Amino acid sequence: MIRVSNLSKTFTLHNQGSAAIPVMTGAELTVAPGECVGLTGASGAGKSTLMRMIWGNYLAASGSIMVGDTDVATAEPRQIIALRRATLGYVSQFLRVVPRVPTLDVVAEPLRALGTPAEEARAHAASLLKRLNIPERLWSLSPTTFSGGEQQRVNIARGFAHRYPALLLDEPTASLDAANRETVLTLIEEAKQRGAAILGIFHDEGARARVCDRLVDVTAFTPHRAMEPAA
Amino acid sequence: MKMDAITATPLLRVDRLTKRYGPRIGCANVSFDLWPGEVLGIVGESGSGKSTLLSCLAGHLTPDEGQVIFDTAQGPRDVLRMTEPERRRLSRTHWAFVHQNPRDGLRMGVTAGGNVGERLMAIGARHYGGIRDKATDWLGRVEIAAERIDDRPSAFSGGMQQRLQIARNLVTGPRLVFMDEPTGGLDVSVQARLLDLLRGLVREMGLSAIIVTHDLAVVRLLADRLMVMKSGHVVEQGLTDQVLDDPQHPYTQLLVSSVLQV
Amino acid sequence: MTDYNFAYLDEQTKRMIRRAILKGVAVPGYQVPFASREMPMPYGWGTGGVQVTAACLTPDDRLKVIDQGADDTTNAVSIRKFFQRTAGVAVTEATADATVIQTRHRIPEHPLTEGQILVYQVPIPEPLRFLEPRETETRKMHSLEEYGLMHVKLYEDIARHGSIATSYAYPVKVEGRYVMDPSPIPKFDNPKLSDNPALQLFGAGREQRIYALPPYTHVVSLDFDDHPFQASKAPHDCDLCGAPDSYLDEVITDDAGSRMFVCSDTDFCRSRREAGHAGRLTMQEAAE
Repeated sequence: MIRVSNLSKTFTLHNQGSAAIPVMTGAELTVAPGECVGLTGASGAGKSTLMRMIWGNYLAASGSIMVGDTDVATAEPRQIIALRRATLGYVSQFLRVVPRVPTLDVVAEPLRALGTPAEEARAHAASLLKRLNIPERLWSLSPTTFSGGEQQRVNIARGFAHRYPALLLDEPTASLDAANRETVLTLIEEAKQRGAAILGIFHDEGARARVCDRLVDVTAFTPHRAMEPAA
Repeated sequence: MKMDAITATPLLRVDRLTKRYGPRIGCANVSFDLWPGEVLGIVGESGSGKSTLLSCLAGHLTPDEGQVIFDTAQGPRDVLRMTEPERRRLSRTHWAFVHQNPRDGLRMGVTAGGNVGERLMAIGARHYGGIRDKATDWLGRVEIAAERIDDRPSAFSGGMQQRLQIARNLVTGPRLVFMDEPTGGLDVSVQARLLDLLRGLVREMGLSAIIVTHDLAVVRLLADRLMVMKSGHVVEQGLTDQVLDDPQHPYTQLLVSSVLQV
Repeated sequence: MTDYNFAYLDEQTKRMIRRAILKGVAVPGYQVPFASREMPMPYGWGTGGVQVTAACLTPDDRLKVIDQGADDTTNAVSIRKFFQRTAGVAVTEATADATVIQTRHRIPEHPLTEGQILVYQVPIPEPLRFLEPRETETRKMHSLEEYGLMHVKLYEDIARHGSIATSYAYPVKVEGRYVMDPSPIPKFDNPKLSDNPALQLFGAGREQRIYALPPYTHVVSLDFDDHPFQASKAPHDCDLCGAPDSYLDEVITDDAGSRMFVCSDTDFCRSRREAGHAGRLTMQEAAE
C-alpha cells in the first residue's frame, strides 16, 4: 500500500547563506495492508520528515513515494488532495483547526469532505469522541481552548473518522493517560484488522511492541557527511 | 489512481499572461491551470503583481500578452478574445468577483434582498415571491438574519456587508470565484467566521476560486494550491501546505519566516 | 428683423431633429442623441417637446397643446401661443380635430387615429438613471439588453410598499427589446402606448434625447408574474361628466376638506357634458 523507493531530501536555507542540508538519502520502506510499521531513530534523525514526505507536505529531492497507485513525489496538487481525502490519513503531533469550528464538526470534517450527510458524519464523530473520553459538553466548543491531551484526542478522532486504507500516525499516544492510550491502540488494531496500512512513530516502547509488526530505523537513511558549506 | 473527482479539462488555463505599465512589469509570463473544485491562493507583498494578475484574469484589465482559456459550455474559449457582451454575460453567470471592500461589490442604495436577487433578475427571474425566497435562503447560508432582507447594506457591519457580497455573487451558482483580499479590513474574529463560511460554500458548491491575499493564514485555511509572486513573477507554486512548510525559493522562505507567531 | 423662421427653428436644425426622429422611429424605444438648441424657455419647461413639434409642423397642421390634460394652464397656453406666433398654424382644443398634439404628462382620453402625432415632453429619458448614475454603464446596459436592474427597482418597490408603488413614469418594454421611460404619464395611461394608431414622439431638451413609438408598436409595462401590472386610477367617477374610466384630478374645494374628482383631460370632460352626460356635481346643480 505504501512503497518508498530511493527517497532523498535536502533542505536549502537560502537566508542562511544558502546552506544545503542533506537529511535523507536512499530511503526504502514498504507497508502492506493490515501491517503496522514503526519508525525508530534518535530525535532529529528524520522520522517526522519521512512521514511528512509521504503525506506530501515536504518535497522529495529524488526517489518515489507510492501510496496505492499515486506517486506522491511527482503528483499534481489536486491528485495529492484527492489522495488525502479518501486514501491517506495523517495524525500529526499538532492539532491545526479553523478557529471557531465546534469539535464535533472538526472530527466530522473528513467524512463531510467525502460527501457523507451531516447527520451521519456527526453521529460517527460523536461515537469516536465518546470512545476517546471527550465529554459531550465540549463537543460544541472549538478545540483551540482544550488542554494538550484533549487536543491530541480530538486530532486522533479526526484521523480515524474515515476508514483510510493508509494511515500515518506521528506520536499518537503522547500526552495520553493509560486509559486513553489503550483506546488509541485499540483503534490502531481495529484499523489493521480492516486492512489499513499504518506507518507510525511511537516513543512509547510499550505501544510499539503492542501494535507494530516491524520496525524501520531511519538512521539507516541519514547521509554520513558533514554539513556542506555554500559554494 | 482514483480519478473520478478529476476531469480531463482544466476549468481555467492561463498561458503566459503579461501586463506592463510602460517600462514596468505588472505581471509577467504567468501560467497555470485551475481545475474544478480547486482553490488557488496567490500571495505576495504589495507590488508583487497579484492584484494586477487578478484584474487581468477577471477582465477588469486588458493584458498585453497571453491567454485566459475558460472551459465554457461550448468548450474552451479564450476569454480575452471574447466580445464584450459575452464577457459581461460570463461575469454575471459563471464567474463572480468578491471585492476587498464590500461597498465596491454591492449596491448600497438597494436592500439586501434586492442585492442578492439582482443576478437572478438579470438572468430572467420574474416571480417576486420566488426571488424573495431564494434571497432569504442565501442570507441564511451566509448567516445574515432573514429579517434583515429589507435593510440596506449601509445598515450592516463590515463583516455582514462582506457576507452579503458573497451571497450576491454566489446566488447564480458560478463555477469560478475571484476574491481580492476577502478578509482584509475585517476584525480577526469576523475573519475566522468568514473563512469558515467560504470553506463550507466552496465545498458544498464545488466552486473553484482564485484568492489574492497577503495573509498566509488565510491561504493555509482556504487554498488547495498556492502561487507566490514577487515583482510581477511567480517564484513558486504548489500544494499549499507544502509551499508553506517546505518552501524552496529564497523569497518564499523569507515570507514564511516573517510571519509573526501568536 | 422681427420675422421668425417657420416654427422658430432654422431649417438645418429641423432637418437634424427629423433625422433623429427617423432614427428613433426605426429603432422603437431607443434613445437617439440630438443637438438640443437654446429655446426661448428654460430647461424643464418643455424644450424637448417644443423642438420635436417645431420639426414636425407644416403650415396645414392643427396643433393642440395640453399640460396634465388641460388646454388652459399657463404652460399649455404659452406653448400654443408660441407656435401660433412663429408658425401661424391653426390651433384647437378638440383632440379629434388636432393633427399634432404636444402633451406634458398625459395621454388624451379620446382615442387617437392614424395620421395624428403625439409629442411628449420628457424630463429624464433614461429609465435606469436612478439606480445607475453612470451614462457609460446605462448605454451598455441598453445595447446589451442587460435589464436586470430595472426589475430590481420594481422589487424594491414591492419590498418597501407591498406593491409596485411606481405610479407615473412606469417603465415599459418596447417590441420586446428596449426598456423605455414613457415620460411622467400616470401608469393608468400606459396601456394606451401600445398598438396606438398615432405616431408617438418623445423629446428631452435638457438631456438631448429623442425616442419614438411608431404606430401599432407593441409596448408592455414591466412587472412580476405574481405582481402583474395594474393601470390604476382613483376609484371614482368624474363629478362633472360622470365618466367612469377616465383619469381623474382630485380638487379640494373648501377649507373643510371637501373634494371633487374631475377628468384631468379637460377636452374629454367638456365634450361629454356637451353630449349630455352628467356627473354627481352637475346633477346636484341641476337639481338646485
